[in-house]
Amino acid sequence: MAEVTLKNLSKNFGTDIGVEDISMTIPDGAFVVLLGPTGAGKTTTLRLIAGLEKADRGEIWVDGRNVGNETPAQRDMAMVFQQYSLYPHLTVRDNLAFPLKSPILRTPSDAIERKVSEVAEVLQISHKLNNKATALSGGEMQRVSIGRALVRDPAIYLMDEPLSSLDAKLRTDLRVELKRIHASLGATLLYVTHDQIEAMTMATHVGVLNEGRLVQFGTPREIYENPNSLYVAGRLGLPRINILPVDVFQNAPVRATHIGMRPEHVHQGDGLEAEVKRVEHLGDLTRLHLTLNGHAITTVADPTMTYDLGTAIKIAPKNPLFFDGNGNRIR
Amino acid sequence: MSSFSVTEPSARSKWFAGTLVILYALITMVPLAWIMLTGFKSPSDAISYPPKIVFEPTLEGYVNLFTTRTRQTPEFLAANPPEKWYEEIVREYDMVIAGPSKFGERFLNSVIIGFGSTFLSIFLGTLAAYAFSRFKIPLADDLLFFILSTRMMPPIAVAIPIFLMYRQLGLSDTHLGMILLYTGVNISLAVWLLKGFIDEIPLEYEEAALIDGYTRFQAFYKVVLPQAATGIASTAIFCLIFAWNEYAFAVLLTSGTAQTAPPFIPTIIGVGGLDWPAVAAGATIFLLPVMIFTILLRKHLLRGITFGAVRK
Repeated sequence: MAEVTLKNLSKNFGTDIGVEDISMTIPDGAFVVLLGPTGAGKTTTLRLIAGLEKADRGEIWVDGRNVGNETPAQRDMAMVFQQYSLYPHLTVRDNLAFPLKSPILRTPSDAIERKVSEVAEVLQISHKLNNKATALSGGEMQRVSIGRALVRDPAIYLMDEPLSSLDAKLRTDLRVELKRIHASLGATLLYVTHDQIEAMTMATHVGVLNEGRLVQFGTPREIYENPNSLYVAGRLGLPRINILPVDVFQNAPVRATHIGMRPEHVHQGDGLEAEVKRVEHLGDLTRLHLTLNGHAITTVADPTMTYDLGTAIKIAPKNPLFFDGNGNRIR
Repeated sequence: MSSFSVTEPSARSKWFAGTLVILYALITMVPLAWIMLTGFKSPSDAISYPPKIVFEPTLEGYVNLFTTRTRQTPEFLAANPPEKWYEEIVREYDMVIAGPSKFGERFLNSVIIGFGSTFLSIFLGTLAAYAFSRFKIPLADDLLFFILSTRMMPPIAVAIPIFLMYRQLGLSDTHLGMILLYTGVNISLAVWLLKGFIDEIPLEYEEAALIDGYTRFQAFYKVVLPQAATGIASTAIFCLIFAWNEYAFAVLLTSGTAQTAPPFIPTIIGVGGLDWPAVAAGATIFLLPVMIFTILLRKHLLRGITFGAVRK
C-alpha cells in the first residue's frame, strides 16, 4: 500500500477539459471517494493515475516515486472498471488468476490457487470458479471483477463506479464488503462514484469534482457540514439542501445572496408560516414538504407527530449556510 | 390451444423453412455429387447418353489420375502378369503402369501454396488490423481505402506486368512467388475483415490486462487473439478458398516445380483421349482439403459470414 499524490494534474481531450489542475494527496490506507456528476473528470482522474491516459501537465507520485513515464503494469495498481470487463474467453478461476500470472508478479501456482480461493470465498463466488466468465449474472461478474483486483496487493486500488450496475440489495452487500476489506487489508482505495450514499458510508476522504476541477477535499463530515460552495452543498445530502433567496429570512451576512438549509437546519415552532404540501412517513422519520412564499422546502419531522395537509407551521433557519452571488460560501 | 409467441416461429413455418433449405442444399449439391460419381465411372459410362445414375463403380479414374501408362505388345503382357489390383485395371486396355503421375506433386504444391499464403495473409492481416483498430495512424482511412482499392480491378488486368516482374525477379514457377502473389491479393480482405472483428472487441479488456501487469503485446496475444479467433478462422477460410481455387495466375506463372493442382487437372484430358473419370477423380480429391478445413471451422464460419448483421 502506498501514498499517492497528484500535483497539478491536467488533461484535455481536444477542446474538452478532462481534468484541470488537480492536486491532492491520497494518504496511505485512506478510502478516497471522488464525487461528481457525469463529465466532471472522475474517470479521467482514475485513468490518468492508472496510466491508461497520459497527462498533459502535472505529476503523479506513488510512495515518493514519479510514475509519469511508467507503463500501467509498472505502476502496480489494480483497477475495477465500471463495465466488468472480465476476460470472456477465460473461466472465473483464470480471470482471478490472470493478474497473478503476469510477468510482473509471476506468482507460483500454489500461491495462486490459495489466493484465488481466498478471494472467491470473501466474494461468495467459490461455487462459480469453473464457470466461463460470460456465464454469470451481472452481480457475479462485478464481484469477479472486484476479486480480480483483490487477489493482488497493489499500491492502490482504483475503482470506477463498481457498484453502479448492480441491484440495490447487492449494492448494499458489496458496499459493506468493500468497507470491511478496506478495514482488514489496510488498503488504499480511490473510488469513483456519483452515489452520495456510497461516498458517505465508505469514504475516509471525499473529493468533489466539478468540470474537471477538484472543488473540495475533506472528510465526508467536513464536506457535508462545511461545504465551501453551493455546488458542493448540493452534491451531498438527501433530500437535497434547500436553497432560498436570502431575503426570505432576516439576519443574513452582507454579501449573501442565497441561504442554504439542510432538512435538519429547519427549526419548527416559531418564525415564518409555511404551508404543509406533502407528508412522507418513512417509518423512522417523517419528511415534510412545505412552501414558504412560493419556495419549496423539505424538512424532517418527529415520526410520532401528525400533520394535516394545508395547515401552516412556523419555521425558522437553524445554523444555515450562506452563499454569495458566485455560489461561494460566506462563513 | 397451443401457446403463441411473437418471436418464436410456429412449427409449420419452421417445417417450411427447413424444407426450403434442404431443397436448396440438394440442388447446389447436384454438381458436386455428379463430379464425385463420375470419378467412379468407366470412361464409357461417363459419356453415355442418357447419363447413367446407376452404374458399375470402378477405380479406373483414380488409377489413371495417379499413374502414367504405356501400351505394350501382347507378348510383353503375357510374360508379365499383373501383380497389383491397379495393374489389373489398366491391363484391360492392354497397358502397363509406367510410373506415378505428377498429380501428387501438384497437389502438394497446392497445399504448400494455399496454406502458406493463408498463414501469411492471416499473420500480417491480424497485425495490420490490430494497428488500424487500436492506434492513431496518420491517414488511416486513406491507407485502408488504398488497401481495399487493390481489390477493385480484376487481378488478371495486371497479369502481364506481374508476369514480366516475376520473370525479372526469378519468382516465376516458385512456391515463394505464388505464396507472395496470393498473399498480396488476400491481404486486403484479411485486413478489412479482421479489423471489423477486432473493432468489436472492447478496448477495456486490453486496458484491464495492461493494469493486471501485462505489456501491450502480451495483452494482444493473451486477450485480443483468443477473442478474435472466430474472425481469424473465417478469414482464413476465405483466404484459403481463394488461394486454393485460383486458376488464371497459376496457369500463367507456373509450369513445373510450383504448378498447383487447378492448372494440372485439365492437362489430364489430353493424355489419352477424354479421360473424364480421371478429371473427376482429381477434382474430388482437390475438393477434400477445403471441405475438411471448412467443416472443422464451420461454427466460426457461420459467425463470420453473418458478422456485422447484428450489433451486440
